[in-house]
Amino acid sequence: MIGLTIIEVKNLTKIFNKEIIAVDNISFKIKKGEIFGFLGPNGAGKTTTINMLCTLIRPSSGGATVCRYDIIKEPDKVRKCIGLVFQDTTLDDRLTAKENLELHARLYGVQKSKREKRINEVLELVELKDRANDVVKTFSGGMQRRLEIARGLIHYPKVLFLDEPTLGLDPQTRKHVWEYILNLKKEHEITIMMTTHYMDEADELCDRVAIIDYGNIIALDTPKNLKNSLKGDTIILDIKDKDIEKAKKVFKNSKVFNSQVFLSVKNAGKEIKKVLEKAKRYGIEVIEANIRKPTLNDVFLHLTGREIREETVSLKEELKRRRRIRGH
Amino acid sequence: MSELEAVYTVWLREMIRYFRAKERIIGSLAMPIFWLLIFGSSMRTSVSLGINLDYTSFIAPGVIAMTIMFTSMFSGISVIWDKELGFMKEMLVAPVSRISIVTGKSLGGATTALIQGILVLSLSFILGVRINMISLLIIIPIIILIALGLVGIGVAIASLLESMEGFQLIMNFIIMPMFFLSGALFPINNLPDWLKVISYIDPVTYDVELLRYVMTGFSNINVMLSFIIVLGFTCSTLLIGAYLFNKRS
Repeated sequence: MIGLTIIEVKNLTKIFNKEIIAVDNISFKIKKGEIFGFLGPNGAGKTTTINMLCTLIRPSSGGATVCRYDIIKEPDKVRKCIGLVFQDTTLDDRLTAKENLELHARLYGVQKSKREKRINEVLELVELKDRANDVVKTFSGGMQRRLEIARGLIHYPKVLFLDEPTLGLDPQTRKHVWEYILNLKKEHEITIMMTTHYMDEADELCDRVAIIDYGNIIALDTPKNLKNSLKGDTIILDIKDKDIEKAKKVFKNSKVFNSQVFLSVKNAGKEIKKVLEKAKRYGIEVIEANIRKPTLNDVFLHLTGREIREETVSLKEELKRRRRIRGH
Repeated sequence: MSELEAVYTVWLREMIRYFRAKERIIGSLAMPIFWLLIFGSSMRTSVSLGINLDYTSFIAPGVIAMTIMFTSMFSGISVIWDKELGFMKEMLVAPVSRISIVTGKSLGGATTALIQGILVLSLSFILGVRINMISLLIIIPIIILIALGLVGIGVAIASLLESMEGFQLIMNFIIMPMFFLSGALFPINNLPDWLKVISYIDPVTYDVELLRYVMTGFSNINVMLSFIIVLGFTCSTLLIGAYLFNKRS
């Protein structure tokens, strides 16, 4: 099954208000059956790309095909073959889980005879069958997200788009959601394109990862290859602020970030002694030294000189949740 | 077929939401009761209508119009709420046209307005307003027509507003004046000329006059004229509402 191209993106570009380049001429292919990750900080263009691929917004130039349908010329066909889970909740919280799924099935033209069976299937898949007739308002954040994944699957999509599937969820629930995602790939052979700014999420779930920054894809490979591209381990030196400039000169191939020096080395265990001696020789005071096996975060840091900021829940979403508590 | 299904689906959601909020249905009937019972009885002696009609019967069509107006405009404006809730996005990415969504939404609003209108009509009957059987049959399509026009305004407003913040403004500067200037509570013939002009501009005036004619046989404005204006108004607001909805979301 794996091998056929299901999404093909060619020179896709989106410019907002004639000046803000959100997505800058990107091209890539996604193979059938893989989990493809879009990794990058907030504002990098991840959601804009997804919105273009699912025909919510029109590209400024370039194009793409999803399930072999052109996103500009055949939006309805594209919409029928994809499932979507947005970053923010899009459930009607006054309706029950089942009613939400039912409305979705109707909107996507799932035949009446299949509807009931399919709703039960997807509810079972995300383990919400016992809550089928409860109003969504009473669901926790993780349950709502699971219900949204279930909803995205009702109309038998070939591709599932997940925009920050675990944003704002607690660690335990995140692991839970990951399991469902992996299960979808394994048991149901659904191609998944997801965005995330969580390094561990991309590492754990994705077959291939595109690292995106300022609208450009700056690296695209398997998580393993991306990490291997760093030539080995990282030594992290915590230094005093006054030594930052000096450290930049002394350790030429390093990245300095927040008074930490990141050095890429082949074998950190062997080389740490040399590094510490060198620091001492030039009068750089090392508060603490650590060795780390490479993570995708290091890859990002290596490529951009920045770390991916940890996102919090957007203000709008936060307000929405508060409103729910007030009961409006 | 699938577009019809989409209209039905959006309508169905409005219905589920309406019937789920039972306390809101009861709450929305409090206002009409106050108007009919307290205002109707207390103003009975102070207002001279100059016609052979008691005051409660005179304002009953106005109160029904008020109910229809509030219900349908709110349901139109609930488009903003759907946007904030996120559910609008779910509807917009579905493989159905936006016209189907806005049609379903409008029909949903009109249906709830019809139910509310009939509830208030029954209330006025209980409170002693005389209604003949023929008017009962005519009043249903008329309420639907009026309601659709007002839903259209609601949808148009909602498409222009970005968030619920502007809502209070709309409420105080559009909905309330439209109600008070409509002649729902007093005969517009008795108004000073400058107010009369404003009342004639207010589209709700014709809604009230039409309902009043059907229920009581009395009207300040020629009934055919009222009907034509209401029909024209409904058609245009629905078109404007659908256009703005399509363009803005």
